Amino acid sequence: MSSTLPSLAGVGFKPQHFAAIRADAAGVGFFEVHAENYMGAGGLPHAQLAAIRADHPLSIHGVGLSIGGARGVDADHLDRLRRLCDRYQPDSFSEHLAWSSHGVEGLGAEYLNDLLPLPYTEETLRLVCDHVDQVQSALGRRMLLENPATYLCFEQSTIPETAFLAEVARRTGCGLLLDVNNVFVSCTNHGTDPRAWLAAFPLHQVGEIHLGGHDAEVLPSGPLLIDSHAAPVADPVWALYAEVIARAGPRPTLVEWDNDLPDWSVLADEARRAGAILARGGQSLARAS
Amino acid sequence: MPAHPEFVAQFDAALRGGGLPLGLTARRAEEVERRFAVYRNNVAVSLSQALATRFPVIQRLVGETFFAAMARIYAEVDRPKTPVLHEWGEGFAGFLGGFPPLAAYPYLGDVARIEYARGRAFHAADVPPIDPARLAAAAPDRVRLILHPSVTLLALVHSAVSIWARNQPGGEVLSLATGPETALVLREVGFAVPVHAVRPGDAALLRSVQAGERLATAAAAAQRVEAGHDPQDLLVLLMRAGAIVDARE
Repeated sequence: MSSTLPSLAGVGFKPQHFAAIRADAAGVGFFEVHAENYMGAGGLPHAQLAAIRADHPLSIHGVGLSIGGARGVDADHLDRLRRLCDRYQPDSFSEHLAWSSHGVEGLGAEYLNDLLPLPYTEETLRLVCDHVDQVQSALGRRMLLENPATYLCFEQSTIPETAFLAEVARRTGCGLLLDVNNVFVSCTNHGTDPRAWLAAFPLHQVGEIHLGGHDAEVLPSGPLLIDSHAAPVADPVWALYAEVIARAGPRPTLVEWDNDLPDWSVLADEARRAGAILARGGQSLARAS
Repeated sequence: MPAHPEFVAQFDAALRGGGLPLGLTARRAEEVERRFAVYRNNVAVSLSQALATRFPVIQRLVGETFFAAMARIYAEVDRPKTPVLHEWGEGFAGFLGGFPPLAAYPYLGDVARIEYARGRAFHAADVPPIDPARLAAAAPDRVRLILHPSVTLLALVHSAVSIWARNQPGGEVLSLATGPETALVLREVGFAVPVHAVRPGDAALLRSVQAGERLATAAAAAQRVEAGHDPQDLLVLLMRAGAIVDARE
């Protein structure tokens, strides 16, 4: 099964917004949740998610599988994910090209709660492909893999990030989740051109797009952007997003806001802004064909 | 030879304050340390926030700055074992009890036990309450009550229920009881998770019911610790909360 999310604008669901969403979710094409927040047995989280799921398409987005880790994907966590996907039948499941757990021999795993970077080498490419295979066969569905926001590079890397992601998609059959904010954050941090990154990226594999806000600091070499999900989407990211949609056509697009949450109306406005770009993209494609 | 396991181990050691792994690059070599600090900070802050979500009253009692610094230390000694962060923190009460800067506040461990139990109750499995007619028809001398999986009884050394209640947003200002309290934590049908301080007889009755004893046996156990104990108020509280889910004879 592949992603069945509609090519509309969606919003990350936060429990604080539940009542406001039930009152008015106009213009929101789908909701996305972090899988790990719904791995308890029952209670309010599941009652809310079931209500959201009943009325909207749903994307489940994992943050804890550690697909870029050195060891195989944790079987217990994969089992929790499988049960969650069985229960809610989401339209899409996605995870990150990153690692977040570190297994210590004899001590089990420890979870670091951050999306940590990896060098891109033939070895890590094989590992990531093995892990994506593990996930897709356990869940019985195609997953989407998201490009990370990074703050450092590695001398060991021998494969460009875009080629690495394209090759994972080719070998495993997974789709890709394009986080346009992450592209802008990483390229700014590394002094490279986000348009060149996007030109090299296999847009035809994109099953979902993420837009989020970042924070900025200034270092002697230039800005250091941090993927905070605590601010509105920045103007240069909107511009890149519009270019992506003009090239690729409409794709399901999520506005993420995880920290310092605004009122629901602010988030809904961000989604409407994405929705307007998607609608223009659909019209220009229709004219072109 | 595989390099990735070694890379991950080095990166993790550096997150804990060890030397940076080899091969990190940045636009300017001298900025590598500053950029790596983003990851160190992300890990520390995100875990601290996760802990604060689970233990808001502890954070309120010690203050945000102290809590954040303490959470960094706790996260070092008791890292989450899974990505399901709402299950993390079972060891936090014990950590507080042995944390020298807080030695003058011995009740904090008991407050943390309440908060941890509330988190578990919040996420406990869904089981519908019993039909009141079925309970009314049951014979008290034979019936065994099955309680909702959220129901937790905590024997506390300090008057931590009172402290917890005083530190709720908009909570009632209760006079601080001194001495031990027993906390009853449960999740109501509407998903609220209140904390009740229960009398010794109530505690004995609940423990007996949770051990699978008949209601009459549990009531006798309550009488032994509290002469003249009347279970009526406790049973009404449990019924109103939807915390009795079955009655078996």
